[in-house]
Amino acid sequence: MSNRIVVPFGPQHPVLPEPIHVDLVLEDERVVEAVPSIGYVHRGLEKLVEKRDFKDYVLIAERICGICSFTHSVTYCNAIEHIMGIEVPPRAQFIRTIWMEYSRMHSHLLWLGLAADALGFENLFMNAWRLREEILDDMEATTGGRVIQGSSKVGGIRLDIPDEKLGEMVDHLKKIRPLLEESNRIFTHDNTVRHRMRGLGVLSEKDAWDLGAVGPTARGSGCDMDVRSSGYSAYGELGFKPVTFPHGDCLDRCLVRSEEVLAAVDLVERAVAKMPDGPIEEKVKGNPTGEYFAFTEQPRGECMHYVKANGKKNIVRHRVRTPTFTNIPPLVKMLEGVELADVPVVVLTIDPCIGCAER
Amino acid sequence: MTLFAMAKRALANVTGKPATLMYPATPAKQYEVSRGHIIIAIEDCIYCGNCQRHCVSQAIVVDRANRTWEVDRMRCIICGVCAEVCPKDCIFIEPDYHPSTVGPATEFVQGPPEPPKPPKEEKTAEAAE
Amino acid sequence: MIEQKHTIIEIAVADLLTKTEEYHAKGHRLVQIGCTPLGDCYEINYTFTTSWDFESLRITVNDGDEIPSISGIYWGAFIYENEIHDLFGLTVTDINIDFQGHLIHTRVPTPFKNAPAVTKVPKGGDAS
Repeated sequence: MSNRIVVPFGPQHPVLPEPIHVDLVLEDERVVEAVPSIGYVHRGLEKLVEKRDFKDYVLIAERICGICSFTHSVTYCNAIEHIMGIEVPPRAQFIRTIWMEYSRMHSHLLWLGLAADALGFENLFMNAWRLREEILDDMEATTGGRVIQGSSKVGGIRLDIPDEKLGEMVDHLKKIRPLLEESNRIFTHDNTVRHRMRGLGVLSEKDAWDLGAVGPTARGSGCDMDVRSSGYSAYGELGFKPVTFPHGDCLDRCLVRSEEVLAAVDLVERAVAKMPDGPIEEKVKGNPTGEYFAFTEQPRGECMHYVKANGKKNIVRHRVRTPTFTNIPPLVKMLEGVELADVPVVVLTIDPCIGCAER
Repeated sequence: MTLFAMAKRALANVTGKPATLMYPATPAKQYEVSRGHIIIAIEDCIYCGNCQRHCVSQAIVVDRANRTWEVDRMRCIICGVCAEVCPKDCIFIEPDYHPSTVGPATEFVQGPPEPPKPPKEEKTAEAAE
Repeated sequence: MIEQKHTIIEIAVADLLTKTEEYHAKGHRLVQIGCTPLGDCYEINYTFTTSWDFESLRITVNDGDEIPSISGIYWGAFIYENEIHDLFGLTVTDINIDFQGHLIHTRVPTPFKNAPAVTKVPKGGDAS
């Protein structure tokens, strides 16, 4: 029987944005088993729903995560609006879609910077984050917050964007588009990135489907799985195709994200071109009764909010199933056979957002 | 890559100005809708307690009998619900952040005493504290 | 916009494994396992889908009931079942990777089982 040792990975590690702990069972520098452990940022937000008005709870739902925050509030609003039968006006749907795509751009640029940092490529990390600042400036100018927007509410949105500002946003995106394409080119063709990530942590398409992988983790293995294809909010009118890559290793998961940034720029330009006029909210009367599963596509994958209400102003149950939570079994499978020095890169490619996973 | 790509980039970086903001010498970028902190115009307040009931982090305490309103700056998450539900629209959101501090950061505002009841008499405008 | 269909099927605890086998044979993926505390009993929803038709199996259990694990069929279900055990205190038998309460570390054991504890914080004090 050869020597097996157990090495703890995390919760503090320079490559992790949020604390997760994995116990790695090693046999001569190769991982044979990985045992995850979470709970370092558990705040029990699902319990708070019993004490807060359902309209105010949107702001708590938003603070489940700091990076993918806007999509959480839109998913919660979608669930309540479906239960109460509220029809959100088209202008509000389009502006929500624009903000969701901005949220996706900034989250992916954040991840690309972290991936470059995990490889040691500091310059690319700084470049990706400098581009991210341009996106965050536009978000703050229109919603009031850089990472926590607070501009979605049950029935519509809180702040309107005037049409001149929309034109300015599109011009700004056109100006930074060559820089985004250059960053994409480096991730695709650079020798260092390729050498470190090609062929690492392979997840086959069948495994991705069986183990419940979602988002770029699944799309990097060739699964054509994207909730935006179902056309919620304004995606149905904008025409959308998911981005997939066939190999299933770390480099493909990285390329899915960097292609999605460019696809998001296209979506914003199309949405501004088709923007309808009209009101931005619809009044909410009464309390919800019923239950519903609302699905949206967060930057990290498919996010589900289950809401059950019984006619009072506090809803009975709000269950959030975030993409990182369901990507942990594929991570355990991916880590088998990887060398110890490559473990940080593999853990980072599922985009661990533990604040979401352990709400 | 093109010829001298790295040399050109290095020269541009050395001779150009820094890409970052020299904070705190230059103030942080802010916009009109940025959410920094909340303030109240205490003369218009009717002490209904709506902001206290709807506050998501329970940071506001309203005392109707003594006509006071206080907010715990450390608990406030600047979500803006109080500004939305106030029936008299007397809570506003300002763009600049509260300076950092250690210890409790409760801001206590004492409202003006109640104006006299009969409607024919002119209301005396007393300055709020 | 593609309409998403949601159906909820109530079944008994004994039928859970056979029904899950049927879904696995048809090629469905497991979306989530969620638990709702309803005062005296708990409802657990198992959601499966292939693309936009979401079918949920619902079982109703009480405290102390034993729930069979579906991780023999769907390998990735262990994370949801350990979460149900850690947060609600329900027993799930034969999980393939059983953390025995150590997946989610909380200061209060089984925090979601009872109503939330409300502490009155004195004025200017610290809520700890």
